[in-house]
Amino acid sequence: MIKKLFQGLARARQRLGDRLRRIITRRDPQLLEEIEEVLYEGDLGVELTENILEELRKIPPEKYMDRIKEILISILEGVEVKEKEGKPRVWMFVGVNGVGKTTTIGKIGKMLRKEGKRVLFAACDTYRTGAQEQLKIWAERVGADIVLSQYGADPGAVAFDAYEAALHRGMDELLIDTAGRLHTKHPLMEEMKKIKRVLSKKNPDAPHEIVLVVDGTTGQNALNQAKSFHEALGLSGIVLTKLDGTAKGGIVVHVVKEIGVPVRYIGVGEGEDDLIPFNPEEFVKALLG
Amino acid sequence: MFEGLTEKLERAINFFGKKGRLTPKDVKQGLEEIRKALLEADVNYKVVREFIKMVEEEATGERVLKSFTPREQILKIVYEKLIEILGKHEPLKLSRSPSPIILLGLQGSGKTTTAVKLAYLLRKKGKNPLLVPADVKRPAAFEQLRDLAARYDFPVYDKRLPDAVKLSKLALSMAVLKRYDVVIFDTAGRLHIDEEMIEEARKIRDTVNYDELLLVVDAMTGQDAVNVAREFQEKVGITGVILTKLDGDARGGAALSVRRITGKPIKYIGVGEKVEDLEEFHPERLASRILGMGDLATLREKAKEAIEAEHARRFQEKMLRAELTLEDFLEHIKQIKRMGPIEELIKLLPGGKEFARYADEKMLKKTEAIINSMTPEERRNPKIIDGSRKRRIARGSGTTVQDVNQLLREYELVVKLMKEMKKGKFPLRFPI
Ligand SMILES: Nc1nc2c(ncn2[C@@H]2O[C@H](COP(=O)(O)OP(=O)(O)O)[C@@H](O)[C@H]2O)c(=O)[nH]1
Ligand SMILES: Nc1nc2c(ncn2[C@@H]2O[C@H](COP(=O)(O)OP(=O)(O)O)[C@@H](O)[C@H]2O)c(=O)[nH]1
Ligand SMILES: [Mg+2]
Ligand SMILES: [Mg+2]
Repeated sequence: MIKKLFQGLARARQRLGDRLRRIITRRDPQLLEEIEEVLYEGDLGVELTENILEELRKIPPEKYMDRIKEILISILEGVEVKEKEGKPRVWMFVGVNGVGKTTTIGKIGKMLRKEGKRVLFAACDTYRTGAQEQLKIWAERVGADIVLSQYGADPGAVAFDAYEAALHRGMDELLIDTAGRLHTKHPLMEEMKKIKRVLSKKNPDAPHEIVLVVDGTTGQNALNQAKSFHEALGLSGIVLTKLDGTAKGGIVVHVVKEIGVPVRYIGVGEGEDDLIPFNPEEFVKALLG
Repeated sequence: MFEGLTEKLERAINFFGKKGRLTPKDVKQGLEEIRKALLEADVNYKVVREFIKMVEEEATGERVLKSFTPREQILKIVYEKLIEILGKHEPLKLSRSPSPIILLGLQGSGKTTTAVKLAYLLRKKGKNPLLVPADVKRPAAFEQLRDLAARYDFPVYDKRLPDAVKLSKLALSMAVLKRYDVVIFDTAGRLHIDEEMIEEARKIRDTVNYDELLLVVDAMTGQDAVNVAREFQEKVGITGVILTKLDGDARGGAALSVRRITGKPIKYIGVGEKVEDLEEFHPERLASRILGMGDLATLREKAKEAIEAEHARRFQEKMLRAELTLEDFLEHIKQIKRMGPIEELIKLLPGGKEFARYADEKMLKKTEAIINSMTPEERRNPKIIDGSRKRRIARGSGTTVQDVNQLLREYELVVKLMKEMKKGKFPLRFPI
């Protein structure tokens, strides 16, 4: 698992970490300026970068590297993971278009199946063409059951049916896929809330997990996304996808700082095993080297 | 965050505006604010550095420092430079029949949706396009394109092969045979560092003697946009860019990076999930958006279509004279509602968030009820609304005094905004 993380982030680590180390050991007067650029390159954003630089100005250069790590890790570790029990345990996956919600459900489904759990997928994306078929293929691939629906159907009603089905079939886990929507579209956010309401009516603890999927290549907009979804639904976790490329996903640090919701997994590819539990220390280490 | 930025930028703008003449040091400080605004917009830091340097050279010149309107001068330079780098809209090159167009890009960037949008656009121009689902990788990619295309009666090449290159070749021969005049290839999402998949892209490229090889880029992309653009450009070679998902609140700074790195034109922008949501690229609009100035031009255009001309004229007059009454306020909210999904639109305006709240149906009803419970005198001159009047209005409208207070507060905010616009605090006078 850890190996995979390192593979996924190897390139990022090399570029960012090596550069930082090189910069820091060189001790030239441009030091802070160059560090600033490195932090920007990681998509950490203006505010966080400025905060970090301010901290660094107070200490000698040889301590820079440790201090940067410390700051980032403390933000990421500052939020606790609270897992709720339930049978079925209900997970709802939300996020903007194309970030990897459906794929992540496939991967998490696979992980749960490996733990011996009985898993049901609910195809509540009744909007994007191909979304139903896509989740169906994932269900077959990982050995999960699935509740499908018609395009244009009410996602709330599909969620309702899926919950009933999960109950009757004695499922351990219910994973709900939703349509991608930009967080700025009000009516669509209302639809999300409705799915949540329907599930809460069935079981006050449900959904036990509301997971925001964030594309790792996203820049500062991820913050707006996270805030909007958190405000509307109350998130319990974040999955950061597509870290197998060269993007570093640094914005997630700011996201965690802002909304206080933990990152749970990272996605490092399109395959069913390309999911890694998130470990703040490993993430930052891999990011900075 | 978004508002924070606009604030910052306004600070920078005010900073330029407050003093008469500027020293080079003033300019530096102002440019520092603009630098941050660009970074927040996801413009790559290297591109930002280059950009600021260019602007600085011009901004510290005689023309600006001696000018009596240094603020306008500098903003103008920033804005014009941005537009210059962003380049102009260029139409698709369709040099033969059939004309092959290949779409490439990262996973989930919007290729499949864009393929159908392009077909739609081309059909409107009298073309007869064929869509080719050359993504053999993503689960149900074929079904997605087929079903989306079927909705608009576009023909899709429906032979299913595990080899995207072979499939592309066969599709092209069929297009020749059946006399389609454009062939749009929707390919699998690929990482720029995935050598195997990049090789596939090269093979597809070499198989279909293309007219356009377009890189589809998500407007929300961060700093990595430069790496993606550079690698696709170097390893495959693109002819243009399509920027998607600009209907959200991403500032779209990635566009500047991509444009700077590849030198290839941004051909179209995606502004929604629907087939008609593909627009020609306008550098002025994107420039003001990247700067956080609000996309006034887009707003103006959409508003023009939806708002009755007469109302628009009256409203604008009042806005300029800063004498907006609560009646106008209500009328305007109603008109704006007719513009369709208003939240997005209105947020394009500086300070537009204040308005956006009223777009909500419930909010609107409440607002309407409150304003209707006022006397005409109160509506025209809300200053006279004291405690007892507030209680009466609340009772009459079935709301609370807090609700009334809130409305009045927000109304004042809008009035203030209007006044500031009038004073030119917002760059409304920009050559947009
Ligand atoms: N490289 C890479 N691609 C991914 C990852 N997760 C998802 N994808 C791809 O991103 C695209 C969109 O994913 P999908 O699950 O359909 O997104 P959704 O619209 O949010 O449901 C698909 O082509 C996926 O294969 C990941 O971790 N790495
Ligand atoms: N809001 C919005 N969504 C878009 C736009 N273009 C594509 N999408 C959505 O982004 C997601 C991924 O698009 P898709 O065409 O499947 O991407 P592909 O993986 O590159 O083929 C889908 O949910 C699309 O509906 C756009 O301009 N605006
Ligand atoms: Mg999906
Ligand atoms: Mg596709």
